[in-house]
Amino acid sequence: MGPVDQLPALGARTLPVRGGDEIAIFHTANGDVYALVNKCPHKAGPLSQGIVHDTTVTCPLHNWRISLVTGKALGADEGCVPVIPVKIDGGRILIGRAEALASVG
Amino acid sequence: MTEKPHLIVIGNGMAGCRAVEEILARDAGKFRIAIFGAEPRVNYNRIMLSPLLAGEKSFDDIVINDQAWYDDNGIALVSGDPVVAIDRKIQTVTARSGRVESYDKLILATGSDPFIIPVPGHDLQGVVTFRDMDDVGSMLRAADAGGDAVVIGGGLLGLEAAHGLSLRGLKVTVLHIMPTLMERQLDEAAGWLLKEALEGRGQTILTGADTAEIYGQGKVEGVRLKDGRDIPASLVVMAVGIRPNVKLARAADLAIGRGIHVDDHLVTSDANILAVGECVEHNGSVYGLVAPLWDMCRSLADGLVATPNGYTGSVTSTKLKVSGIDVFSAGDFSGGEGCEDIVMRDASRGVYKRVIVKDDRVIGAVLYGDTGDGNWYFDLLKRQEDVSDIRDALIFGQAFASGGGASANPNAAVAAMADDAEICGCNGVSKGKVVAAITGGAVTLDAVRAGCKASASCGSCTGLVESLLAVTLGDEFAGTRDVPTVCKCTSFTHEDVRRNIVEKGLKAIPQVMQELHWTTPDGCASCRPALNYYLLCAWPGEFVDDNQSRFVNERMHANIQKDGTYSVVPRMWGGVTNPKELRAIADVAEKFGARMVKVTGGQRLDIFGIKKEDLPAVWADLNAAGMVSGHAYAKALRTVKTCVGSEWCRFGTQDSTGLGIKTEQMTWGSFMPHKFKIAVSGCPRNCAEATIKDFGVICVDSGYELSVGGNGGIKLRGTDFLCKVATEQEALDYCAAFIQLYREEARYLDRTAPWVERVGMDYIKARIVEDDVGREALRSRFLFSQSFMQDDPWAKRAAGEDEKLHQHMAEIRPLVMA
Repeated sequence: MGPVDQLPALGARTLPVRGGDEIAIFHTANGDVYALVNKCPHKAGPLSQGIVHDTTVTCPLHNWRISLVTGKALGADEGCVPVIPVKIDGGRILIGRAEALASVG
Repeated sequence: MTEKPHLIVIGNGMAGCRAVEEILARDAGKFRIAIFGAEPRVNYNRIMLSPLLAGEKSFDDIVINDQAWYDDNGIALVSGDPVVAIDRKIQTVTARSGRVESYDKLILATGSDPFIIPVPGHDLQGVVTFRDMDDVGSMLRAADAGGDAVVIGGGLLGLEAAHGLSLRGLKVTVLHIMPTLMERQLDEAAGWLLKEALEGRGQTILTGADTAEIYGQGKVEGVRLKDGRDIPASLVVMAVGIRPNVKLARAADLAIGRGIHVDDHLVTSDANILAVGECVEHNGSVYGLVAPLWDMCRSLADGLVATPNGYTGSVTSTKLKVSGIDVFSAGDFSGGEGCEDIVMRDASRGVYKRVIVKDDRVIGAVLYGDTGDGNWYFDLLKRQEDVSDIRDALIFGQAFASGGGASANPNAAVAAMADDAEICGCNGVSKGKVVAAITGGAVTLDAVRAGCKASASCGSCTGLVESLLAVTLGDEFAGTRDVPTVCKCTSFTHEDVRRNIVEKGLKAIPQVMQELHWTTPDGCASCRPALNYYLLCAWPGEFVDDNQSRFVNERMHANIQKDGTYSVVPRMWGGVTNPKELRAIADVAEKFGARMVKVTGGQRLDIFGIKKEDLPAVWADLNAAGMVSGHAYAKALRTVKTCVGSEWCRFGTQDSTGLGIKTEQMTWGSFMPHKFKIAVSGCPRNCAEATIKDFGVICVDSGYELSVGGNGGIKLRGTDFLCKVATEQEALDYCAAFIQLYREEARYLDRTAPWVERVGMDYIKARIVEDDVGREALRSRFLFSQSFMQDDPWAKRAAGEDEKLHQHMAEIRPLVMA
């Protein structure tokens, strides 16, 4: 997808999927990279725009906390967003193609 | 007698020789052994190159096996003559000199090569790596010549090189591409402490520094970064990483991934060839540290000589060999699902500890400042021991956790403390003194603070004092105080945090978290925006805003809407606009497909349905028409609502529109604990609804009535009367002073209404109305802060700042089936 250094630390960027759900790709404080479908399970908020802390992102719309690892809503909330597997190879981000395209009808 | 099988080892480094040692230890007579080494030296300890460079050791100190060892064990050492080819069919190796030897078993221990970033100038004279004795030699010669050095790479190796060079008297700058040092071993907090410590030793550390080129005429003269910065240097050390040296193995057609593939007995895809050390890939892992190498050598020898005992991979730990800076890291500290972080920060001792526990087992540890328990944590980690029994005391280390004194009840631990044990470090108050204060009648936290000063300064011992209150008073203790803490990451209240930021001169978010003992590694969505605001308010012009600690609206300078699009509100001073501005708004709405344009409650126009990627272009167009951001997205001054006043209205007493414009021009751009609205009405009919605003002005014949703390939100609240002033200038001055008092004292996300109710109007009046000097001081602090704040955030973004925030990283398309 591109080099890791194109991702802001504690931030995220987006990857539109033609015909499917946009993907959000996140960068944690310690440099790990995770990807989720860019839709909060609550009201489809763009998770890429939330605040990243530890391995969690807080949705910008209604403050649901979503695990970057499992895609599950944390705390009292319930819901789950698809996780896209990510691999870093030589500083470049690779994501699971099949999972990324899962939403394409 | 048949000849013993011939074992050839390629690589005279730590892995190759250790493998031989392990084999000899099991059966000294099994093989005839030859070791080929590329360097013209005996076997030395490569990880001691740092102390060697630093002048703490000499070469003799770091030799592992001297010539006598080779001689005594009948090992033929072929040094300075690297092997250049392996013929697997006839089982021979060929050295550079042409020498050919046949083998029965071959061990590859070719190690790894330093990674060179292929930037322009990487091959200039004066650019070195940090890998072997020759590199150290070059660095020492450069140090003798004096000058400046640049080390590219803020990992383990780079920092050790930098340390050595600065001890040798060079002025050293470390360039690190990631935001924090040693990010693979340390979390952000520990990396930040490390940076502070190194800077304290005179090194310059630049993080987020991306090298564009190394320049010079034949010889290095300096390094240029992609952001244009230029660092002169006569020596450049590249220490950005290593990659397994698989050249020979590849030429011999062995199976290779990132390293040479080996099985659990370190055997490669050829049964007669084994490989060990940094050049191998085992089960998907490649190691660059020394401990795994020892594990591998044991398994290799077991497999080759004695009972096979397979290698199952290694868990690694790291220590930084920079004297006086203790850093330890082991296992996985990235956290994640089901992981619990136990964090301890002791600012006065400069200690940070973080232990990561999952399913009652330690899976990772990061220690800074006090690494004494590193091995203990590492041992718990390797043995996967159940730590549920000692969990409460785990973070305090082995002595405390296994001493039995710790129990789940913190009060019991406090009760067990000696009378002369120190409770409050700031004021030197012992447990005995606190208990005496409590038995003397101080039955609340505030009373203890007033009586003996314990917990009255930084407040980090508040929990201890509360425990003492509970222990001493028993059932009579009224309970812990109910002032809310900033969030679950801390036991400090907003007031504690704000006071400490100013008193201790804290100027960065990680610094606040360290000094105030935050219990999470990088805070949460509640505390980070609060800390960012408190720092911004405390150090105007100095604190650099942390974008990632801002809510999305403030990061994008627009309002996020329920469908993920944004809305944009340009500023209309005092609610006044003109045909040119209206035309620009109409053009933008059309050009970018806005779905709605709406007049807001604050008399501004809101353009809805703008895509994130279009925002910079929208702002550029609005800027071009002379309009700046309305900050309708921000915890900041939003609008100044006005009526038409004396200029048009038959009841108007003063120029309310004019005063509204002046007020907005004074206050725009100012960040606040929450959104802030002002209104100016021209007469008591109050058409601008000034009595439900944070600051309201009602113009009357004899002057201006000022009132504060109104809110038209969920809980409707009318303003409280502050005072009446005679002139416009006074109205502006009081407004500035009130805003600054609110900015400096309210809790983040408190609107003025709850804050005014909490502190009371008497207090506000005492500070703003009755104290002329204080009011003037508040006003001038506000104006000072404004001198930094009044630049249009849109203009910077429209000019290309943080462009990436608005763009997609890439697009994914399904494969088109033919």
